[in-house]
Amino acid sequence: MSNLGHTIRREFPLFNDPANQGLVYLDNAATTQRPRQVVEAMQDFYYHDNANPHRGAYRLAERATQSYEDARDKVAGFIGAASSEEIIFTRNATEAVNLVAYAWADHVLQEGDDIIVTEMEHHSNLVPWQMLAQRHHASLRYVGFDGQGQLQLDQFDALLRLRPRIVAVTQVSNALGTINPVAEMIRRAHAAGAVVVLDGAQSVPHMAVNVTELDVDFLVFSGHKMLGPLGIGVLYAHKRLHSAMQPVLYGGDMISNVDYDHSDWNDMPWKFEAGTQNVAGAVGLAAAIDFLRDLGMDAVAEHDRLLTGYALEQLQQLDGITLYGPRRNHGPAISFNLTGIHPHDLATYLDQASIAVRSGHHCAQIVMKKLGLAATARASFYIYNTLEEVDRLIAGLNQAKDYFKKWL
Amino acid sequence: MALDQLYQEILLDHYKQPRNKGVLVDPNVRLELKNPFCGDEILLTLRVDDGVVTDVAFSGHGCVISQASASVMTEKIKGMTVQQVKQMAEQFSDLVKTGHAETVLREGGDDLDAFSGVCEFPTRVKCAMLAWRTLLQGLEHHEHQHHYLDDEKSRATD
Ligand SMILES: Cc1ncc(COP(=O)(O)O)c(C=O)c1O
Repeated sequence: MSNLGHTIRREFPLFNDPANQGLVYLDNAATTQRPRQVVEAMQDFYYHDNANPHRGAYRLAERATQSYEDARDKVAGFIGAASSEEIIFTRNATEAVNLVAYAWADHVLQEGDDIIVTEMEHHSNLVPWQMLAQRHHASLRYVGFDGQGQLQLDQFDALLRLRPRIVAVTQVSNALGTINPVAEMIRRAHAAGAVVVLDGAQSVPHMAVNVTELDVDFLVFSGHKMLGPLGIGVLYAHKRLHSAMQPVLYGGDMISNVDYDHSDWNDMPWKFEAGTQNVAGAVGLAAAIDFLRDLGMDAVAEHDRLLTGYALEQLQQLDGITLYGPRRNHGPAISFNLTGIHPHDLATYLDQASIAVRSGHHCAQIVMKKLGLAATARASFYIYNTLEEVDRLIAGLNQAKDYFKKWL
Repeated sequence: MALDQLYQEILLDHYKQPRNKGVLVDPNVRLELKNPFCGDEILLTLRVDDGVVTDVAFSGHGCVISQASASVMTEKIKGMTVQQVKQMAEQFSDLVKTGHAETVLREGGDDLDAFSGVCEFPTRVKCAMLAWRTLLQGLEHHEHQHHYLDDEKSRATD
């Protein structure tokens, strides 16, 4: 299994580029690299099937439409959706959360309602709810996390007693690496009458996520964090919510009939896809899904576990390291700090050794506030990373400690 | 190694023993800025009297580059006119982006020149500029306020 990284890497042209020789790419929580198959699928679309989908009455346009709708079917199948009309293409996870807020929540939320989020949300699954709460004079309430980065479910239960309208939670934290017990949380939220918006940006790329088994109401994720292209994301919306959802953007493709003084909307999901869509992006995402399915999501998750487990074990042995997040059942993003070295300086040092890690607040400033930090360093893994790369990271950290010793 | 060009000894000195660290008791310019990219924060307080910076202090937290830059800056600008400060800020910005210093900076001495290595690290330009951006914005607010007060005054005497 530890070989997965070695064999898979060959499929990723970026790693074979001499300019990136020796690159240890550990910022996969931000975006992943793309295999040849994904880029080729997009190229094939442009070279052979490109036309404006849903519009032309000629065969080429039919092929373009087919490519786009096939991609939608593939996404639906990948996350276990009951039907493809539950899949709305967006630009990214962020746009998908905003779409839930504008298309659905704006029409159901009432003054005084409660919205539950957690303290570990990415800004993308937080700020839209903050703004929604402001628009409707609703209350935004936070479920905290403990010293091990685990959500405090007793707080969650207490907040559910308020009978909130919405629960927005991430399945896997990009800042702490926590894997949240969302199946159980969804059950409890539903029992309290809430609708659940699940942020799958860090989970869908890394584990099998089945919306039907989870019985989740909305799920959002981004193609670019799962080997797919930039600029394509997904909103899954359970059928039971469709009648309460209204279009947000108006124009071409999203209508069924336009008259002088009124218009009628197209069916789901097209009424939420106004204007010409990112068909090549959807095609690329479908190819990424094929790639992941060929590997098997269980194998992907297993490879994550192997690298994360080994990295945690090695990191723990470093003098002066602080690890944030859970001790066990840790997702593939590891946040840490080395005493006396600002994470930004650390990242610059590691970059000189061709090791790409992230430093900063990881778009989770509430997490940083809670931890009393300005920033952390973060290493995050994916299928093409190897145990040797973890060793390179550890060696790099040791050298950084040595280099910055005089600064302490 | 390029890294040594970035982390020069002078920066180390300023990082370890920051000059003018703290908050002025009676400032007439006060501004807080963040670097949203990495979470660094700086609070700058100044006394500007008759167009001259008479006192300055900084507080906050951040990486070596942002902290050393703030320290060096406070040392340099004390006693300068606002006009001189602006010129220096512009040239410092050129320095960290291109590695080349103009005359004002060279007269300013080695401490500013020690930031010439930043240009090799484009992601760190923002760190080096944080204190200076705060300073310029603070001075701008101050000038607006002053114009406003002057206007008020002239109207009052009309
Ligand atoms: C947990 C989580 N949610 C949402 C997002 C937002 O994804 P995007 O920037 O692709 O919209 C990210 C990406 O950083 C994330 O890690």
